[in-house]
Amino acid sequence: MTHFITRRTLAAGAVLATALATSACGAKTDATSTGGTSAAGATSCVDTSGDSIKIGFLNSLSGTMAISETTVFKSLTMAANEINAAGGVLGKKLSIVSEDGASEPSVFAEKATKLIQKDCVAAVFGGWTSSSRKAMLPVFEGNNALLFYPVQYEGLEASKNIFYTGATTNQQIVPALEWLKNEKKITSIFLVGSDYVFPRTANAIIKQYAAANGIKVLGEEYQPLGSTNFGSVVDKVKTAGADAVFNTLNGDSNVAFFKEYKGKGLTADSMPVVSVSIAEEEVPGVGVDNLVGQYTAWNYYETIDTPVNKKFVADFKKANGPKAVTSDPMEAAYTSLYLWKGMVEKAKSFKVADVQAAAGGVSFDAPEGKVTVNGENHHIAKTALIGQIHDDGLIYTVWSSKGPIEPDPFLKGYPWWKGATG
Amino acid sequence: MTSPRTSFAEPTRFAKAGPWIGLAVLAVALLVIAPLALSPFRLGLLAKYLCYAIAAVGIGLAWGRGGMLVLGQGMYFGLGGYAMAMHLKLADAGPNGIPDFMLLYADGQMPLWWEPFRSPLVTLAAIVLVPGLLATILGLAIFKRRIKGAYFAILSQALTAAFALLLIGQVKTTGGYNGLNNFRGFFGYSLYDPANKKMLYLIAAGVLLLSLALVAHLQRSRFGELLIATRDAEERVRFLGQDPAFPKLLAYVVAAVLAAVGGALYVPIVGIISPDDVGVVASIGLIAGVALGGRASLFGPALGAIAVGYAESTLSERFAGSWTYFQGALFIVVLLLLPGGLSSVLAKAREAAGGRRLRRVHAEAGEVAAV
Repeated sequence: MTHFITRRTLAAGAVLATALATSACGAKTDATSTGGTSAAGATSCVDTSGDSIKIGFLNSLSGTMAISETTVFKSLTMAANEINAAGGVLGKKLSIVSEDGASEPSVFAEKATKLIQKDCVAAVFGGWTSSSRKAMLPVFEGNNALLFYPVQYEGLEASKNIFYTGATTNQQIVPALEWLKNEKKITSIFLVGSDYVFPRTANAIIKQYAAANGIKVLGEEYQPLGSTNFGSVVDKVKTAGADAVFNTLNGDSNVAFFKEYKGKGLTADSMPVVSVSIAEEEVPGVGVDNLVGQYTAWNYYETIDTPVNKKFVADFKKANGPKAVTSDPMEAAYTSLYLWKGMVEKAKSFKVADVQAAAGGVSFDAPEGKVTVNGENHHIAKTALIGQIHDDGLIYTVWSSKGPIEPDPFLKGYPWWKGATG
Repeated sequence: MTSPRTSFAEPTRFAKAGPWIGLAVLAVALLVIAPLALSPFRLGLLAKYLCYAIAAVGIGLAWGRGGMLVLGQGMYFGLGGYAMAMHLKLADAGPNGIPDFMLLYADGQMPLWWEPFRSPLVTLAAIVLVPGLLATILGLAIFKRRIKGAYFAILSQALTAAFALLLIGQVKTTGGYNGLNNFRGFFGYSLYDPANKKMLYLIAAGVLLLSLALVAHLQRSRFGELLIATRDAEERVRFLGQDPAFPKLLAYVVAAVLAAVGGALYVPIVGIISPDDVGVVASIGLIAGVALGGRASLFGPALGAIAVGYAESTLSERFAGSWTYFQGALFIVVLLLLPGGLSSVLAKAREAAGGRRLRRVHAEAGEVAAV
């Protein structure tokens, strides 16, 4: 047996040595031939000579996120069709290349690379989860390309290669807290969330806001994404008896949480829940019965009573059937395509540097109201809305901020913010 | 066991040289033809498939030759990947810097156990030693207790699920659900530079060839025969005075280390490692490639992993909305018509050509008892 081991070890050792030797060789030769450790960045291959221009849509059409991201894909498609019907962008028709992110960050990175390097698109629209955005960020920075990201998120990011058309925390979480404090007069709160970066960051913000405003945080509970086991969590919520619950649960977990919540006799009157991840699209899935009277914080609702929104809702139902509903992320995606069009037309160019330079101040009369791009941090100014869920499954505005709120992804304008120490 | 080869037919000259001829062909294809024929984007994708292939080679040894359905290789893939990712984050952060996500989510506090990963040498050692040691400890506990079959498969899958959950829960030290990403350099070379991407591809190809050579050697050694004997009749091996735990442990450890090396290369090539890349689904993805390619053959697992990666990319590019159905159909068709995987096509062709001696090789490679 000893003879046996020696032979194997020798062989493995030899193999390992060769492995190290070859990798070292490869590194040296390649480094001397090209040098530089700076971001070389591939030169853009976008073709602007024809009468059409390629853009990329990158949404999860399969996997766990497909149910949400498919709606974003539909509203992006609708925006592209409208723009094409009206003559395109700078006289060029939009030609869409669609890719499936498959609900996996590494696939998002792969497909983003494909859209930029192989299809040579002028800009990419899509992404939903923070992990998908984090995975794509180095791809867009490395290739110096543009991504339009349409979902509210946890902030603390500002890449010059990404435009964030969903809300950052000071346009969703912070207004919701101010509403709870000033209108609902709460003095205590309970935090429930899925275990990933958005809820953890949101709760870090809530805890610091609460400490500075005399609100007691009576509990903080996390469940893994997709968990449907909420018996003990709701028991803790009930025992703690807070004035309100701040809910950052995602997806299916909401079904289990609200069923349990109602089952244990808690109601919107006795202990209201403010949710930041339940939109019109999710209400039927969670069950209207379980949600009636509860609150949400977003920047858009289907019920917004403006001519622009009425037309948007009607067009969307016409394209996708009468049962289709509109919601915040899909509206932000629709808006993102028009904002890109505005930037390109202002710059009179599809070049990334020109679009970036022209971005500041570009505005659009969106279904949610007027939005304006911030040239510094590439987020957009938008109005915060607190809504209440009614028994028709729609959400109605009960409070809105005084006009659009300037985006502040790093919360620099909030003295109580000391950083996301989680 | 003075003359272990007597239990098998003396290999023909072709069978003796077969793996080395195959390796040479594969080396030419990967190191010469592919870099010339493929665009940088496609070459980058192939590099990613090669990382899966390296892990698949190990699965071929443990599952195909050793009969252990290793359903949780994602854990070892992740250990290697996260070790590499930690080093890349620290290298990007500078001599005394700490990773960007810790500034955001951990108040700039870095746990002490991250510190050793500043050193490239420690990192390279850890990529091999940590999974190797863990596999040794787990393997000893499992195989000495004679846990096998479905119980072993369930255990390995549960471990990888727990590993992914652990990563998600530790946002401050592992980046949580987002994982570790946004790497700028790889041991001093910019990851944005296309020439360095090509270098990474060549390293992955080289490592795959070496892994294949290692496993080819192991398969033809006395250990390889003992492993097959253990797979097919563990009790008889025990009666003959051999401890079956030993060959199983060795195969399991080699598979773990190969998965970790694949994971470590995956990080600079793909640019991210997250719980999604190491969890249950990712682990099954690895197994799927091996089953498709032919688990008991030398080249089957690697070629299967590359084929699955390629099919996934091209099908999803062509049918963005419905590609998963095509992928599922492909699996069913292949495994229905070729239970031994794609590699059994060659063996079947050879058999049809009339090599009687090779029929034994085919029987050995193709019809492995299911777990």
